[in-house]
Amino acid sequence: MKQGLLAALFIARKDLRTEFRTREALNASVSFALVVLMLFSFAFDLGRDEFYDISGGLLWLVYVFAGALIVNRSFIREVPNDCLDVLIASPMPPWALFLGKTIAGFVLLLVVELVSLPVYGLFNNIQWVGVFWKLLGVMILATWGIAVTGVAFSAVTVNVRLRELMLPVLHYPLLVPLLIGAMQISTTLLKGDATDIFQELRIVIVFDLIFTSLALCLIEFILVG
Amino acid sequence: MRDKVIYILGILGTLLVIGNLHHIFLGMPGEAMQGQIGKMIFVHVPAAIAGFTFYGVAVIGSIGFLITKDFKYDSLAVSSVEVAQVFALINLVTGSIWGHIIWGIWWTWDLRLTSQFMCFMLYLGYLLMRPAVAEATQRATMSAILAIFAAADIPLVIMAIRLHNVRTQHPAPVLETGGLDPTWWPPFLIAIVAFWLIGTALVLVRLRQETVGREIDSLRRELHAV
Repeated sequence: MKQGLLAALFIARKDLRTEFRTREALNASVSFALVVLMLFSFAFDLGRDEFYDISGGLLWLVYVFAGALIVNRSFIREVPNDCLDVLIASPMPPWALFLGKTIAGFVLLLVVELVSLPVYGLFNNIQWVGVFWKLLGVMILATWGIAVTGVAFSAVTVNVRLRELMLPVLHYPLLVPLLIGAMQISTTLLKGDATDIFQELRIVIVFDLIFTSLALCLIEFILVG
Repeated sequence: MRDKVIYILGILGTLLVIGNLHHIFLGMPGEAMQGQIGKMIFVHVPAAIAGFTFYGVAVIGSIGFLITKDFKYDSLAVSSVEVAQVFALINLVTGSIWGHIIWGIWWTWDLRLTSQFMCFMLYLGYLLMRPAVAEATQRATMSAILAIFAAADIPLVIMAIRLHNVRTQHPAPVLETGGLDPTWWPPFLIAIVAFWLIGTALVLVRLRQETVGREIDSLRRELHAV
């Protein structure tokens, strides 16, 4: 168990180091987030209060579209030079490989989110600094959900033809409960409402727990068959 | 033997549907508040129940495949998903027509509509992905995992849409509130049984197609090997 966790951290460090050296996915993802933010400004012509009503929804749409670019690459980047076969054949348990890749995807996603949050606030005149720490809590919980399901699907579709087309079709519908929860909490926080957000928080946490355990249990079938 | 079972189930189901529709349209008065359109309940709700039954069978088949690696279970899963999708579509379309007449709108994002639509979309992804995986074992494993992921997601969707600040338009089902007139129960139950019978016949037909398809594939591989 301890060895597995160490291996997971090792994989996460490897993935993060590879990404920070080239910054391919990171740059693309941040740029994509900016493009989506710009497109939103054409799509909606709303007053300040009205914009606050949809603020959480827009924020998470940006995050989930930009985030997909990162997590969906998790396993496919190991295909050239048969790196994936080597990783599977290594003594490390499959769940450790999966956990390591999820941790790396989670950190990268969080970086994209933290970079695009100030831009989002700036473009749309949204005050987020006062609720930053609470927002960060929601971001951590929901981003884990996006990372864990995204990396799992990245593993599932590694040998699928047209995987770039298939992934959004499979991944986005699955994220609906998580996004509903995260969007509603974020809107409540940004608007400064005193509404109780416990129920929404519960859904996000339950989603994380269910899919983390399900993915860890099934990853051996996904990778080894 | 299997042919006979398919014919018997199919014919029995069809006869039940025809007899039931005859009774519903000619032998029953309209619903007290909604009139004739209220009779949509005899198609709309049984289609949903039959759909969820076959989704359930698909999940059992998927778990069976992961445990045993027997392709029979994979065939059962994919056949059941296809049939369940048809029933889910019937449910969505009839619900939309019903909603258009009673609510004045074709669609609204409320609890039941959204969860049914999500379910449909998740398993649509399942069906879309299958032809994109060339290797049979891999295809079956991926499909099984997707089916299990989708099944785990549905209760969460329902939980999420039940949140306090989400609009609701769809009434609580009369089956839960006990508001269905006693004379409406027999045709309602017959409709469910009829859909189950027709669905099972269709699953059996698709199962045979899957088995034959697999045999053709293995023969083709043998031929290439020679």
